Formats: sequence, C-alpha cells, structure tokens
Amino acid sequence: MKQILSMRNIVKAFSGVEVLHSVDLTLHEGEVLALVGENGAGKSTLMKILMGIEQPNAGEIQLNGDIVKIENPARALSLGIAMIHQELSPIPEMTVEENMFIGREINRFGFVDSKKQAQKTREWLNKLNIAISPQVKMEELSISQMQMVEIAKAISYNSRILIMDEPTSAITEKEVMQLFTLINLLKKNSVSVIYISHKLHELPHIADRVEIMRDGQIISVSSMSDMSEKNIMHDMVGREISTIYPKCENTIGEPILEVNHFTKEGEFEDVSFTLHSGEKLGIAGLMGAGRTELVSAVFGATHPDSGTVLVEGQPMRFNTTSDAIDHNIALVPEDRKLMGLNLIMNVAENTTMCIDQKVSKSGFINKKEGARQARTMVEKLSIRIQSIQQVVESLSGGNQQKVVLAKWLLTDPKILLFDEPTRGIDVGAKAEIFELINKQVMQGKGALIISSEMQELVGVADRVLVMCEGKVTGVLEGEEITQQEIMRLASPKKEAV
Amino acid sequence: MPQNKQEKEKTKLLNNNHDVPFYRSAQFWKSTGIFWALVVLVIVMAISQPAFLTRPNLINILKQASITGVLAVGMTLVLLTGGIDLGVGSVLAVACMAAAYATTEEQGWSILVAFMLGIGVGAIFGLINGIGIAYVKFAPFIMTMATLSAARGLALVSTNNRPIFNLNEQFIDISNSIYFGLPSLIFYFAGVAILAYILTKKTVFGKWIYAVGGNENAARYSGIHVKRVKLIIYTIMGALSGLTGVLMASRITSGNPTVGEGYELDAIAACVIGGVSLSGGSGSVIGTVIGVLILGVISNGFDILGISSNYQRIMKGLVILFAVFIDIRSRMRKND
Repeated sequence: MKQILSMRNIVKAFSGVEVLHSVDLTLHEGEVLALVGENGAGKSTLMKILMGIEQPNAGEIQLNGDIVKIENPARALSLGIAMIHQELSPIPEMTVEENMFIGREINRFGFVDSKKQAQKTREWLNKLNIAISPQVKMEELSISQMQMVEIAKAISYNSRILIMDEPTSAITEKEVMQLFTLINLLKKNSVSVIYISHKLHELPHIADRVEIMRDGQIISVSSMSDMSEKNIMHDMVGREISTIYPKCENTIGEPILEVNHFTKEGEFEDVSFTLHSGEKLGIAGLMGAGRTELVSAVFGATHPDSGTVLVEGQPMRFNTTSDAIDHNIALVPEDRKLMGLNLIMNVAENTTMCIDQKVSKSGFINKKEGARQARTMVEKLSIRIQSIQQVVESLSGGNQQKVVLAKWLLTDPKILLFDEPTRGIDVGAKAEIFELINKQVMQGKGALIISSEMQELVGVADRVLVMCEGKVTGVLEGEEITQQEIMRLASPKKEAV
Repeated sequence: MPQNKQEKEKTKLLNNNHDVPFYRSAQFWKSTGIFWALVVLVIVMAISQPAFLTRPNLINILKQASITGVLAVGMTLVLLTGGIDLGVGSVLAVACMAAAYATTEEQGWSILVAFMLGIGVGAIFGLINGIGIAYVKFAPFIMTMATLSAARGLALVSTNNRPIFNLNEQFIDISNSIYFGLPSLIFYFAGVAILAYILTKKTVFGKWIYAVGGNENAARYSGIHVKRVKLIIYTIMGALSGLTGVLMASRITSGNPTVGEGYELDAIAACVIGGVSLSGGSGSVIGTVIGVLILGVISNGFDILGISSNYQRIMKGLVILFAVFIDIRSRMRKND
C-alpha cells in the first residue's frame, strides 16, 4: 500500500511545557489507523497540527512524498485533509444541501442556485449510500445522520484523509454498524481514515493498524490483528488494568425510589420502575428512547403529564430540582459542559454549588468550610488538579466528570441518577467512576445508570430496564443481561414490509 | 505526626501552587490592570492639565460619576446573570417625576416619602421586567427595550411634557450638600457599591448570580431557583434606577421627564470597561466602579480641554472598544 502521509518528529510545546515529544505518524492509502490514548495523551494536539489549527515547534509533514506546511484549516482542506469533529457544528436551521455548500454556494449573479446544489448533494449522498434528502433541515436529523452528512461533505471536498474524533460516542450500536459500512466504502475508494476512539472493542471491526499514545509519546504502532484489547489498554495506561468493571459486593435492600406510570407526551409513556437501596439499575435504549427525558422528570427539572414518584415509600411532588435535592436525589447529567458544570468557575466553587446554602452562615458564603469539603472530595475521588482554585474548563474530561460527581456526593444523596456517566472519558477514568459508583451502592445507596454502551451495563448493572421509543420494553436480570438481549428489546419493532 | 505534616503539605499544595508572591504574579497584573489604567489616566491628566488636580474639579468628577455609578452597579448585577437592562434611563425619569411631585411646595411630603416613592416606582418596573424575562421568557433585550419606551412615555405623559419645579429646600440638599468634604452623592454611590460587592462576593445569593450567568442549565440542575434569582436581580436594578431618579430630581432641583436619556449606555459602558462580560458569569463590582471613574475622568478631562460633548461621544466609543480589545487579548493569551 502506498504511504500517503507521514508526520515526523513532531514537537509541540505550550507555554514552555512540551506536550508532544518527537511524535511520528504514518498513514497508507485506503487504511484505517486507530489513534488511541488516554485524555491528555496528545492525540488531539497531534490532529490539530495536522489540521493546521496548531503549528508544530519542530518536525515535518509529508503528503504524498512532498513536504508541506499546513498554516491553517483552509490549507488542510485544500490538501485533502478533513476532520469530523466529536461535537458536530452544522447550522440547524439550514437544510442538508445548504450546509453542504456553506462558504462555496453555487450562485448565479449572486443568487443561490438551490436546485443545482440539491442535485449535487444527492449525487454525493448516493455515492456513499446515505439515504437522506438534501432538502431536510439539519435539526431534523439524528446525530448519526448529521455525522454522515459531515462525512459526505468532507468527501465532496475531495478529501483523501479523514480524521474522525470519537465518531461513535453519541450514536447507537446500530448506527455504529452503518458508520462502519460507510468507512469500509471510503476505504474502497482509497480514502484513508485516522480513527480516534475510546471504545476499544470497536477497533478490531474497523481498524487496520493501531497507534497508541501516552504522555505525548508514541508507545506502539502495530497491526490491529496483533493487538488484543488488553494489550492496547496496557499500552495506553502504562499499567495493568484488571478490569474496567470492578467487582462490587452490594446487597440489595428496600425500595427507595418508585416511579409509577410516568407519562409525558412525545417523550415517554407509562414508565414504571423501582430502584432498591444498594442496587445498580441500568437503563438501556437507543438515542431518543426517552431515557434522559425520563430522569429529568424524576429529578423535577421537567414535569410529567401524569404519574407518581415515591421516595422511601412516601409520595412526592417535585416542582423544582431543589425539591428533589432536598429529598436526597442527585442527577449527574448527560452533558457535563451543558448541564453539569460552570466552566468559568473553579473547582471549589463548582464542587460546593449545591451545599453553599447548607454550610452558609446566615446567607453568607462559608468559604473555609466549602474549601475544606471540596478538598476532602478532591482527595476522595483522586481528582487530579493543581489547586482547588483551578478553573474547571482547563481540566480533562475525566476530571471534569469527577468534579460533577464530587458536587453531588457532597449533598449526601441516597438516590443517584447517572445519565451517561462515562461519556467521552478514557478507560482509566471509566474504571475509577465505576469504582466510585460501587462504593456508593455498597453503602446502601441506589444508583440508576443510563448508558448507551450496552457492554457497560452488562458489566455493572444488577438489573437493566430497556426502553424503546418512550416505553419500557423489558427488564433484564442476572444472566439475562446480554448485549444481544438488550439490543433485541431496544430496537423498534417495525416489521419489515 | 509526620503524617499530619504531610497532610499539611498537601493542603498547601492544593491551596496554592505558585511560590511567586501574589503581587508579582501575572494573575495580579491581569486582575488589577484596569486599576492601573485609571492611575495612569489620572497621572497623565494631572500633568497635562493643571486645573484637573484641584479640589473643586475632583469633587465635580465624583459628583458626575456617582449618578452613572449607581446605575452601573445595578447593571453589573444584571449583566452577571447574563441579562441586560436597557430601560434604566426611562425608569429613572419616572422615579424623578414621582419624587419631584411628592416634594413640591404644594404637596410638601417628607423626604422619606420621596425616596420610598421613587425607589418603589423603580422596583415595580424592575419587577415587571423580571416577570417578563424569567417567567414569560421574553429576551432581556426585548423586554427592557419595551420598558425603555413605555416608561419614558409615562414620564412624559404624567405632566404633559412639563417639568416640575419648586421642590422643597430640604430635598434639594440631598444631592447638593458636602459631607466630610465630599459631595453627598458619592456616599450613595459608595453605599450601593459596597452593598453590591458584599452581595456578589460574600453571600450565597451572590454566587447564584454568577452561577446563573455562567451556565443557566447547570445552575438549574444544581437546584438553584434560576427564575427567582433573575426576578430579584431585575427588581434590584429597578429599585436602583428609582434611587438614581430621586437623586437626579434633587440634583437638578426639578422633575424633568426627559432626564436620563442614554444613561443605560453609560452604565453598560462602565461595566464593559471594568471587565464585566456581556455573556454573563464573569466580572466584578470593583471593576465596574473603576470603569465608572475612568469614564468620569475622561469626560472631565475633555471638558477642561474645551472639547465639545459631541467629540466626547466619539472618544467614548473608542475607549469602549479599546477596553474590550485589551480584555480579549488577555483572554487569548490565557488560553494559549
């Protein structure tokens, strides 16, 4: 296979601190190279250099044998390098076709020629077997469909190298398979892909080679078939991780949270479940199954049309989230940046957000006590920070998530609702998060865990509630909890015509 | 014992990781930069204009700055929650009319009534703004723009465009006296600024203001009553506009329905110069106070130089852009 890209001896330092130490990366035509490493290993920096967002302090980039200088993203694009970002940024109000042609509209005397744009868009989508109409607005598409449009857009720029940053972090397993089919099609058209993912179990399905980074260095580059998941993890973390899903000796006790016949039009319908003390109850389902909406309603952030909640046998009515918090319920939300943290505040301020009032002295902030409590949490959860005055924006995903956890653990909750607690964080931090959840349930607390990674639920949950299109389609227990069974229950039952 | 020591070391490490004394750290210069800008400005003015550093002139600056200052402090609170209040100038005018009406020789009500009436009228407007923004979900810009228009109209309608004269002497003294060698207005400004400083930096409610402005969703999910916080803040802003109106009536010794036009922009400008972010969640009352003084010194300097107020407006625009430019630059450097 022809070598199309070679990055050699790339060095990058930020304000005097070297974050990439002479890193190499080669890419062949029509191959998928998996780039893995913990958060902060330097993957993103390396890719930013390739995209022209950052400039290396030393080293060279060769494209098809020629040394190139990539000054900016526009240059990268013209050289045939495109990136599909983790957080997609289409303009939701615009149609697929309009998004495709942003910045290069086909026009006649300054008027946009939508017809021609739509026709071209259709051609590109058809080439990749993507069944989406060019006239649909972006906001009506699912995340996975938006992703496919982005890929088609990249291809429409004649890109030869595609960088995919965590493309599967927010899509369902079924959509993952569709994405892989698409990637295979790209390979056949001799497009090369650099595939960044935390989901190691996907890699054998899609990657040809795997390059592992740690602390700004390349630890190993090998053919995918030579590497097991365990090997990869070892190289990533630099030590053995016995298992991502630590053992948990919990005893399941009395019901502490009962949800009866919860219904909210368009979101969920007649959902009932019971969470016991000391139990880890998983909620599985595809995107849009109504899981997030359900826990938001349980937490009092929204209000169901009908249905009741019982906490330790007592019927409750939560008008606001603070009512739920008063009854020892905590919600670790799906998106820590959107709902979990105040990014411009520091670690201490975020951590004490829910207890400020409790520790206050007649309305005045008790900084000393807050800092003390924040510090105990930082130590307890081994959050890696320089100081509790550090702004949370500058922390890695895993550490940010731990700050969210710390905030909630300080409220001393009995019922913990976790919505995608491990999204976008690396293997090491994942294991730590599950360890923490285990500690909580072993103290007799109840944990509700929503996860789109079925493997995760199989690994940690005592029981799994499966939802599909807003309804509960089954409850699995013990040996019944398998990925196949969850998948079967989570898929919509539309018989093929 | 050794374990204890280790613990202490750790705590120290968590507390403070730089050994440079604070006053020499980059953080210090960044957080006090605006203060040094004021110092430099005053020095330049003092050297180039002998008339600047005279007692009557300085008192004049403080007097002028105090009126904008009270509004700007309130505006800081609003901006911190991620909102904006464009209606302060008009609300001020209504309060000005109300206070003037109450203290005319014919009515002869006490000063206390005038204060309560003015502040109360302002607070009612603030409350309406707050309800519209927090509960009906009007965008702050739209809601307060409506107030801007409606309140001005109300002020004009109240006397059919005519000013109210003949206020009683006691009331006029409020804004035009000297206490302890300083103009009385400065005490109102200082009082409001100190209270707002304590509110924002020392109380739980103050932290909620920052939390709502920094990330409204996260605040809501943390159990903070976001709507209530907003309602209270707009009501405070309204009450402060009302207070400004009362002080204004006393200062101009009349009730004038056209008073305060464009004051919202001065208040916002002072906040922006002082480093308050228009997107909410960051900034401080101290910054705003310095911003107010910078604006005051600049416009006074131009007055001394005999530059017309029209040119002053052009300069004010440039100063605002310059201040924000410096702010953007320092942020960019931080992110590098």
